[in-house]
Amino acid sequence: MTDIWVVLIKIVLALVWFFVLTLYLTWAERKESAVIQDRVGANRARILGMTVIGLFQPIADAIKMFFKEDFVPAFSRKALHTIAPFVSFFFVAITISAVPFGDDIRIGGKAISLQVFDANVGLLFVLAMLSLAIYGILISGWASNNRFALLGGMRGAAQLISYEVALGLSLVGLIMVFPSLRMSELVRAQGALLFGFLPKWGVFLQPLGFLVFFFAALAETKRVPFDMPEGESEIIGFFTEYGGLKWGLFMFTDFMEILIISTLLTSLYFGGWQVPWLGANGFSFPWGGAWHLAPWLVTVFQVAAFNVKVFFFCWLQILIRWTYPRFRYDQVMDLGWKLLVPLSLLNIVGTAVLLSL
Amino acid sequence: MLKAIGYFWELLKGGWITTRHFMTNMFHHTLRLFHIKTKRPGAVTYQYPEVKKPLAARHRSLHRLMTREDGKPRCVACMLCATVCPSECIVIEAAEDADPEIQKVPKSFTIDLNRCCFCGFCVEACPEDAIRMDTGVIDLARRSHDDLIFGLDKLLK
Repeated sequence: MTDIWVVLIKIVLALVWFFVLTLYLTWAERKESAVIQDRVGANRARILGMTVIGLFQPIADAIKMFFKEDFVPAFSRKALHTIAPFVSFFFVAITISAVPFGDDIRIGGKAISLQVFDANVGLLFVLAMLSLAIYGILISGWASNNRFALLGGMRGAAQLISYEVALGLSLVGLIMVFPSLRMSELVRAQGALLFGFLPKWGVFLQPLGFLVFFFAALAETKRVPFDMPEGESEIIGFFTEYGGLKWGLFMFTDFMEILIISTLLTSLYFGGWQVPWLGANGFSFPWGGAWHLAPWLVTVFQVAAFNVKVFFFCWLQILIRWTYPRFRYDQVMDLGWKLLVPLSLLNIVGTAVLLSL
Repeated sequence: MLKAIGYFWELLKGGWITTRHFMTNMFHHTLRLFHIKTKRPGAVTYQYPEVKKPLAARHRSLHRLMTREDGKPRCVACMLCATVCPSECIVIEAAEDADPEIQKVPKSFTIDLNRCCFCGFCVEACPEDAIRMDTGVIDLARRSHDDLIFGLDKLLK
């Protein structure tokens, strides 16, 4: 019975973490873009006369979204049109269950993993769910009864499927180095040391794989350098015929994808919750010397490290979105098929050769 | 492949520009959040309704009618401004003045700001320097068209 309660609490906590951070990622995006462009950014939403650097803006946005008209165009497939945003939302939201937030904690002699669903195929599960999110795009484009939306959906599907290949292949090298598909195993394996001082993070073992994964993941979020599916500034995208809360759901899904990609980058290539040289009993530095910590303090350190790394990658992705102009469509396909896929294959071969030496 | 590496280098350079902007602006923002004066603000934004950007001296804003020393309008109802106005937004009704030096005064002087294009020709045309556009009032939005028709009472203020 207590097991069920533990799982339920973990689900609720993970979802709260996910949704609150996503909500504030919209704020972070607006603020960061403003700071990059020498502006101030959203700072007007106020509660009781307080603005607190615009922190209430997401709430104001949500309220606005709720009261907008729920618009369904004529001659669209109404059921599919309604389902589509929920499909892409659901398949991205569910991936958070495979992310390990920290090492096992012990409460009353029982080990509780800070992860909702520790499947032995966790990595494949994440990749599969992210792939299924394509259905939301395709359905929304097709069900809108708008040719431009349909074309946008097609562009989205083509782009995402192309980059799925590079995304999957770039991870093969990582799986060869840390022979496991279990997310918690992958993170735990990165706690070891290389040459006695360097943390054995994926990025140090798989630099090429990391680069390919990073670019492919950026394309998967379908944001600006790769925003062919939407192209909100001139070409028309797959959610043209959506308004109000359903459109908001699509945008929310986009931001959730940023967060998921950040957690994946952190967990797979930057040691997840691992802090360099932090063991179960505290720090033990390679130059000698140790700093003993209570177990709860170790957990706090680990969760904090995980969050800091995730925030950094969110920041980096927003920076990239506000720096680079959009690729042309043939350039996107060139980059995917002619550069990233060969590089990921090269990475696999190179890793295999090095491992067999 | 070499080309791709060249592109990658350019990407890094572009990213460095935005990162530099972010870092410097964030530095100034953070210091100012703690009320530490810095050389320049983190943003070039004016928080408009609260903080107004100083207008240029020759900026053409809302009109005003100048007065003589005794408080009466300088305007002698010569109709030059009404004639030159390309938007035809000035309507003057003349009346006779008791003072033989002045002869004519405007009984009513109406500027329809719905039509005004703020070209400043009326100011150029006026031989008496009776109309100027130097009030610095630029927030002219009103809730109805009638509120934007300014008569003598509003223009002389």
